[in-house]
Amino acid sequence: MLKEILKKYAKKDDQLLEILLECQAVKNDHFISKEDIIEIAEYLSIPESKVCSVLSFYTFFSDKPRGKHIIQVCKDIPCYVSSDIDVLKIMEKELGIRVNETTSNKQFTLEYTSCLGCCEAGPVMRINDKIYSHLTADKIKAILSEYRVYM
Amino acid sequence: MKEMKLVSKRFGKINPLSIDEYVKFDGYKNLKKALKMEKTEIIEEVQNAYLRGRGGAGFPAAIKMMGLAKETNIEKFIICNADEGEPGNFKDRYLMEKDPHQVLEGMIIVAYATGGTKGYIYVRGEYQKSISLLKWSIDEAKKKGFLGENILGSKFSFDIEVRSGAGSYVCGEEFALIESIEGNPGRTRVKPPFPTSVGLHGKPTLINNVETFSTIPSIIEMGGLEFAKIGTPSSTGTKLISLSGNVKNKGVFEIPFGVPIRDVIYKLGGGIENDRKIKMVQLGGACGPIIPEYMLDMVIDFERFEEFESKTGAGAIIVMDERFDLFDILLKVVRFFQHESCGKCTPCREGHIQLANLIIKFIERKATVKDIVSLESLARVIHQASLCGLGQTSPTAIISSLRYFRDDYIDRIEHPEKG
Repeated sequence: MLKEILKKYAKKDDQLLEILLECQAVKNDHFISKEDIIEIAEYLSIPESKVCSVLSFYTFFSDKPRGKHIIQVCKDIPCYVSSDIDVLKIMEKELGIRVNETTSNKQFTLEYTSCLGCCEAGPVMRINDKIYSHLTADKIKAILSEYRVYM
Repeated sequence: MKEMKLVSKRFGKINPLSIDEYVKFDGYKNLKKALKMEKTEIIEEVQNAYLRGRGGAGFPAAIKMMGLAKETNIEKFIICNADEGEPGNFKDRYLMEKDPHQVLEGMIIVAYATGGTKGYIYVRGEYQKSISLLKWSIDEAKKKGFLGENILGSKFSFDIEVRSGAGSYVCGEEFALIESIEGNPGRTRVKPPFPTSVGLHGKPTLINNVETFSTIPSIIEMGGLEFAKIGTPSSTGTKLISLSGNVKNKGVFEIPFGVPIRDVIYKLGGGIENDRKIKMVQLGGACGPIIPEYMLDMVIDFERFEEFESKTGAGAIIVMDERFDLFDILLKVVRFFQHESCGKCTPCREGHIQLANLIIKFIERKATVKDIVSLESLARVIHQASLCGLGQTSPTAIISSLRYFRDDYIDRIEHPEKG
């Protein structure tokens, strides 16, 4: 699968971030494995250490397997002051995991995120690429069951 | 008080996916006009407009343009900084999602005037919708001849590529952003040389914020001197304000510079939810000052904001009502910067950890007078000794709170029993 992705990119080292982003997005477990690192480094003719340094610098990237759906809860001030609920606590309770953990069925990973730039609609969270705003306890439960049943 | 819509005039009035609707609403008209002007004349208009960067630092846009124009390299880059990561700011997202062609038009005009050969828009990875909209709009603009080879039949060729960030706040800093486009971790470089002489891939590079580029077409349309009549002498034109927190109407509002903060909160924002009292307001975003209610009559203006030994920021106003505690908020600010520090320079990497430890002492009511002194001196060290804008501005919230919320600090020291 990675080979197919690599073909789309020029063999230039400034393509590294774009490659890593796409590679991680298409994989079901959303992470960059040791094998991926070797293959990408080889393709771009750069040292593996370079790939690793980029991987560890940016918060989007993970070197450990994650769930199918990545839930990111905004923790910054605008969301914090406009929330009557603690989104993260509700999530932890619903999913039975703590932040930065993955459910045992590998369906959900729970993470914090920096500001999602939707401060006018807080509290907000992101599941994969989709933003959910104006969260309430009931809304969070409804969204989760939708993912559990349909996705 | 009403908004003054210049860069936001098309918000909600056109379908952002449709280039035809943009063209019908005066779109690309100013690019056509600019292509008939002398290059130096365009820069002169921007200079007459006294347009200052809208990303936070307020650097005069014309100086950057002149800097790039005088470089003789064959390759020159134009970068649009859309890494809007400052908590409380979302106006760039509005600009990209509601009027993407305006950003492109501004970039193309600047490229023409300065001899730019290739453009990049670096969008933060969280803004997936903006990324796809911009990519779509670039394709549309190419089909219509506004981008690509020989734009509108002229000799001028220019292309724009969208690049995604990957969750790093510091990449909004110009050199960190350049490093990131080059495929490296986003760690800043030592200045000088500045990007206009040695930037992306070692070539001259001009970097502006989304809002700055979006303002360029209006300047070409009305002329620099006319534009400069709006606002105040030190801050011309209009500013997009991202209003959030405990106000009734949150959102993006466009105002001329010189409007008091109170008017934005009460007239445009409709006042405070449940008519509570304001405890504090943070201006600009996490890197901005925290001020008390009695200071809200100050006007929004670059010069006025310099009093905080900081920059205007990108125009965020975060309102916090009486239910919130100063130290709780300060800890969140410090933790944010602790997480986002790239780790290259010591004051920023180590300083935020120690700032957090000191704030926690105040939260736990275990602080002494000595801790106020340490907090202040450490904040100043980070402010003065950090390499890039992140560390230079991150202590602003603490420094301003020490000035305007002295009583809160004293209370924590004098009443350890309350906790």
